[in-house]
Amino acid sequence: MIIKGKVHKFSDDINTDDIIAAKYLVSTDAQELGKRCMETISPDFSQKVTPGDIIVAGNNFGCGSSREHAPLAIKGCGISAVIAKSFAAIFYRNAINIGLPFLESADVDNINDGDIIEIDLSTGVIKNVTQNKNYKTHAFPQFLQQIVECGGLINYIVKSLKK
Amino acid sequence: MGYTIAEKILLKHCACKSIAPGDFIEANVDVALANDITAPLAISEFKKSGFKQVFSKNKIVLVPDHFAPAKDLKSANQCKILANFAKEQEIKNYFEIGSMGIEHALLPEKGIVMPGDLIIGADSHTCTYGALGAYATGMGSTDLARAYIDGKCWLKVPATHKYIFKGKLNKWVGGKDLILYTIGQIGVDGALYKVMEFSGPVIKQLGMDDRFSMSNMAIEAGARAGLIEPDATTKKFVASFKRKPKFYYSDADAVYEKIYEWDVTSLEPMVACPHLPSNVKPVSALKSIKVDQVVIGSCTNGRISDLRIAAALLKNKKIAKGIKLIVFPATQKIYLQSVKEGLAEIFVKAGGIFSTPTCGPCLGGHMGILADGEVAIATTNRNFLGRMGSPKSFVYLSNPAVAAASAITGKITHPGKV
Repeated sequence: MIIKGKVHKFSDDINTDDIIAAKYLVSTDAQELGKRCMETISPDFSQKVTPGDIIVAGNNFGCGSSREHAPLAIKGCGISAVIAKSFAAIFYRNAINIGLPFLESADVDNINDGDIIEIDLSTGVIKNVTQNKNYKTHAFPQFLQQIVECGGLINYIVKSLKK
Repeated sequence: MGYTIAEKILLKHCACKSIAPGDFIEANVDVALANDITAPLAISEFKKSGFKQVFSKNKIVLVPDHFAPAKDLKSANQCKILANFAKEQEIKNYFEIGSMGIEHALLPEKGIVMPGDLIIGADSHTCTYGALGAYATGMGSTDLARAYIDGKCWLKVPATHKYIFKGKLNKWVGGKDLILYTIGQIGVDGALYKVMEFSGPVIKQLGMDDRFSMSNMAIEAGARAGLIEPDATTKKFVASFKRKPKFYYSDADAVYEKIYEWDVTSLEPMVACPHLPSNVKPVSALKSIKVDQVVIGSCTNGRISDLRIAAALLKNKKIAKGIKLIVFPATQKIYLQSVKEGLAEIFVKAGGIFSTPTCGPCLGGHMGILADGEVAIATTNRNFLGRMGSPKSFVYLSNPAVAAASAITGKITHPGKV
């Protein structure tokens, strides 16, 4: 699976309150949540996103709350994938469980806001089209790849229980 | 090679013969918790899966606490999804507002979570129960939906970091200060995807309320869980409950990825400054920081001993002019106990309000939202930008004594000075 889009760059420790503030947690609708994505730190973020764009961030992306509304809001505003140096543990599993593609990469500092990048999830290669450079990342653990391939945790469980 | 307490609990809950950090396991859960924010998503995912019956009527816990009592129509409808599902599935542990409390204070109080349990919760502060010697960890709604189906969850076994606290604690210093100090030392990702194990003579001296405060904030260092080995204090706490506890202890040759050892004898009350829980300073280093609002309560510090500490300072005193003091006990039981002991009266006579249990103000939900430019000192667990309301507000985190002292003077104050 190849994902291509424009980069929106964020810093370290982007927390779940930044991604979607608690006052919007009265909805579970991804589109509705998406309109408020990153509002606290980037008020017009959802309007700046073109469907397919990619978030690139520093360490500990998604720290804080367990709210699955955070990856849902990211998906809902049109972001197709997140690349970060590291992810907070609950966000990590939430992203897998709802099928939001993401990659850990140490090369985040070399990617600029506005760059066009291309991600090959099966090989873990990130191609920076703007800078004409390639970055290699770790492939997803096999167990987690199976969940993503099934389209999320529930589908995976339903499928494995039927076996 | 031996196991840590966390590894022993995980091993007991899966089909593997041995485990090691990095392994993926399918584990059986003893308790699956969700609240009015996270349960609606879990319930809709469960229903979409096509399964009709939850795996257990006794192991699922539903607590409407975040925006309850319902703050508006949308919240009311969210809470109703829980009530309907509990009725339809005959879920035993559903708590309507009259019997409720903030989930992480309520579950230990009711004996629903026990030492040796594997507890998952769609709330990041589920790690609180680690104080009992349980493996308790926060997850998302879809994880809960999966547990509703077959009572299991997938886990990647974390490595453990051990924190040994030595020395003797000063007056006004407790579990909250120890955990703030720890997060200040290691950072908000200092224990990312690790288990924190708190130990040493100082921990042995702490009461359960202080231990819950510490384990509660393990997530603020990025940890999956924050455990304390059971001892006489733990055993006394769980003695009267129906469910049988299982006590696990780390082996002498258990493998730790890192070991920290601190003498905390000279530690003074600590305050986390805006906008990260790791931005920690000793209270005496903060000069002339005026506050508009003081919040005492939450799953971190809304227990009876927290309220007793605050009330002892506020007794026969008035809070500073123009300050808002909000005290919210964590459960109905604590609320009633506070009334009986005269604590509620002290808070109201001092000029504060005494609220029904709710997570409300801590996450900027309701019952005390901060306006533009306002400064709060709170006994809660997060001070992220905009956490308690306006993105232009400022939140400082402290123990209940510092919060109460600050309410009296109107600025962040060492409790020894009032």
